Amino acid sequence: MGFSMMTSVIETVRHDLLDPAGLTDNELQRVIHQLAGRRIDYADLYFQSVYAESWLLEDGIIKNGSFDIDRGVGVRAVSGEKSGFAYADDIMLPALLQAASAAGSIVKQGKELSVKAWTKLPGHALYLPVNPIYSFAEEEKVKLLQRVDRYIRDKDSRVIQVSVSLAGEYDTVMVVATDGSLAADIRPLVRFNVSLIVEQNGRRESGYSGGGGRFDYHYFMQDDTAFQYADEALRQALINLEALDAPAGPMQVVLGPGWPGVLLHEAVGHGLEGDFNRKGISAYSGRMGQRVASELCTIVDDGTLPNRRGSLNVDDEGVATQYNVLIEKGKLCRYMMDKRNARLMGVQSTGNGRRESYAHLPMPRMTNTYMLPGESDPNEIIASVKKGLYAVNFGGGQVDITSGKFVFSASEAYLIENGKIGAPVKGATLIGNGPDVLTKVSMVGNDLKLDSGVGTCGKDGQSVPVGVGQPTLRVDELTVGGTKSS
Amino acid sequence: MKNDIEQAVLSETQLNEVAFLALNEAKRLGAHQAEIDIAANKGFSVVARSGDVETVEYNQDKVIEVTVYFGKRSGSASLSDVRPEAIKQAVEAAVHIAKYTDEDPAAGLADKDELAFNYPKLSLAHHWPITVEKAIELAIQCEREALQQDKRIMSAESVSVSTVDAYSLYANSLGFIGGYPETRHDISCVLVAKEGDDMQRDYSYTTAGNPTQLESISHIAKEAAERVVRRLGAKRIATAKVPVIFYNEEARGLLGSFVAAISGGNLYRKASFLLDHLNKCIFPSFVHLQEFPLLPDALGSAPFDADGVATRENVFIDGGILQSYALGVYSARKLGMKTTANAGGLHNLTIRPGNKDLAGLLKTMGKGLLITEMMGSGANLVTGDYSRGAAGFWVEHGEIQYPVHEITVAGKLQDMFAHMVDVGSDVDVRGNIRTGSILIEEMMVAGS
Repeated sequence: MGFSMMTSVIETVRHDLLDPAGLTDNELQRVIHQLAGRRIDYADLYFQSVYAESWLLEDGIIKNGSFDIDRGVGVRAVSGEKSGFAYADDIMLPALLQAASAAGSIVKQGKELSVKAWTKLPGHALYLPVNPIYSFAEEEKVKLLQRVDRYIRDKDSRVIQVSVSLAGEYDTVMVVATDGSLAADIRPLVRFNVSLIVEQNGRRESGYSGGGGRFDYHYFMQDDTAFQYADEALRQALINLEALDAPAGPMQVVLGPGWPGVLLHEAVGHGLEGDFNRKGISAYSGRMGQRVASELCTIVDDGTLPNRRGSLNVDDEGVATQYNVLIEKGKLCRYMMDKRNARLMGVQSTGNGRRESYAHLPMPRMTNTYMLPGESDPNEIIASVKKGLYAVNFGGGQVDITSGKFVFSASEAYLIENGKIGAPVKGATLIGNGPDVLTKVSMVGNDLKLDSGVGTCGKDGQSVPVGVGQPTLRVDELTVGGTKSS
Repeated sequence: MKNDIEQAVLSETQLNEVAFLALNEAKRLGAHQAEIDIAANKGFSVVARSGDVETVEYNQDKVIEVTVYFGKRSGSASLSDVRPEAIKQAVEAAVHIAKYTDEDPAAGLADKDELAFNYPKLSLAHHWPITVEKAIELAIQCEREALQQDKRIMSAESVSVSTVDAYSLYANSLGFIGGYPETRHDISCVLVAKEGDDMQRDYSYTTAGNPTQLESISHIAKEAAERVVRRLGAKRIATAKVPVIFYNEEARGLLGSFVAAISGGNLYRKASFLLDHLNKCIFPSFVHLQEFPLLPDALGSAPFDADGVATRENVFIDGGILQSYALGVYSARKLGMKTTANAGGLHNLTIRPGNKDLAGLLKTMGKGLLITEMMGSGANLVTGDYSRGAAGFWVEHGEIQYPVHEITVAGKLQDMFAHMVDVGSDVDVRGNIRTGSILIEEMMVAGS
């Protein structure tokens, strides 16, 4: 299916992005040649159009909906370590030439870079090129939100507040570059969220769940997925009603499968992005080939999983995404690269060049980052802990790439006592040191799970959708930021 | 190197035309009310590293948001394109959506008598006539000076200079149209220092609406260098309950949690631990929190809020008691109250400073933790539970002893507010929340 699919994607995207402005290959060549007239190593044009919608139910009514359109083109010129960048929010030749002139001004006029003939790059076909906005009639979207709201309110009278939202986007991109790259991608993305508040004896607690990916809205109807999110949000809120104060201090921690993989994203992932390592300012800099995790740990960044939120057929520089093994059996074996950092470090792009939009410069970014499964039964892992914390759900996290210190905030956790799961405890932040924490992984479960499709990663002010995952893990020491002396 | 994009942000007249076009189109399509918000900006940023320019980015953004109301049903659309056909399409999309939304009794524009028809002209726009070349020179010079401060400074992660000219417009079908220009200029220096295996990163920055109020390059370079070097050799401390000082930059985040907890959106969703706390004592009696929306040159100033309502000097806390929530038209209606002109947020929220500077606060604390950096987002506004990663300094006898890292601080926001011991005179005016450092009686610190 690969090549014919790509061809049709390119034609569709060309029709949507370039035809309205009457832009043909001739005009694009003209812009590229204007850039290549300077002393540059590389230049690219990134055309994008995003159609997005969202629907919100709150207080039992469909409160609002919005429809958003954003179209534009980003122009980048690269020379050594320098990048010049400009963009225009209308795709028209004059604006494009002006942006190219501004981006190119970072380097002087000089010997012309020879521009390679454009060849369509091979990409994956990991998701269908559908526009999710049209996959449901408006009435169906609204009805789904109402049904989920009514369902969860009827299920438990302690529910006092429910917000349900449905969002979808149809993102089409096209990249042309002086290195001959020509690639396009049609990227559907949908999301369903439920957040609610329960009240019991004057105590209020919240619960949240959601999911999505690169498909259309029918996903939320299969197996009552949307209703399951509501069940999950309620379950979490009710557990929080019973939660005791969390303990404080270092202890053994068992992390549940799936979304707790945010640990890997923060503790390892960011530190292995090419830009920080090129500059030598990551806690992992200069450690290629060294042991940075226990032998049980093999961690990959995989942009090729079908329909996942973090997946891409091609990255934002037109390079097909890859299954990149970052750490193999504890040994650091690869950094994630975009074209620019790869060139400067003398390696190949790993298909991790991503950008928030046409108005942002690409950088090395993660896609779906997860740990491969091990051999332990998850029950056995919990049974092995005498006293510790079992953390199964998390909010977000953050990392200081240079010092390696990272945090991630548990939103659902339990005490473990004598190998048994005990009382739920309140959310607490966990803190550790990236290069140490994985050396303390002493058991890895056989239950690899990926998250439900809710991750958004922020870096230098740019947000991109990502995925995480992991099997159940036992970490022999992490500092738990509770309020109770343990 | 010449900035080739010489055309200005769209002129005021052009933006007004866009607004009128959208409102007329909404009316033509039968909407009873409509409103439009336009944010346009233009500027550039440069980053230097290793003695040369690394990136030059030219920015020019427009975001146009339209909302239409059919009775109490609403629909919205946004776009980045100001061409008439695109604007009309967006209005049509908003009208289409309003067919499927429900009647919401709280929906709709502000009452006409609440609108700021005679809003004041504030002095918020001060163009920085700096060229890209000059900005690059400044950034390179800042890096050079920073690297000379201490031989343990290994490199700069980045030194950046940026400037942006913006224009904000709000108009609605009650005949209100208001707009004002604003500027923002920044210089930041991020450094990495290394000693043995220990590598640390820290930064300094200056930001202002008026370029004459920016700190000097030398000041930024020196401060960034001091901050990064003093973090070397950081240790963990033992888990214990100790007094804590939030350095002014981090105290801002603490007050940010207060702002979120008194914001209408969280209150009507019952998602705030300060629900039903009006006229109740939240802080010690010395605490006074007020906003000053009309300060000249301040980045948080605005003559009217996102609903077109005239901003005012709201007092939120006086004598430690909660005097007012922060409401926009919508959340006020939901709560059966009146708007406080806080749709879109607060404006230069200021906590009345105490008499002691940071050194004085450290003396008052004697022994405890000075927090200079926080990580993660572990504040639960529904319950007030608070747990975040931190780094800073261990203090004994009122003096800094050594840097600490890889710790968490935890408590309940209610208790932290109630047990605020003092606010420093070292007010940081770079943000929309203006505060000195804040001393809290006791928090749980988890470390080794």
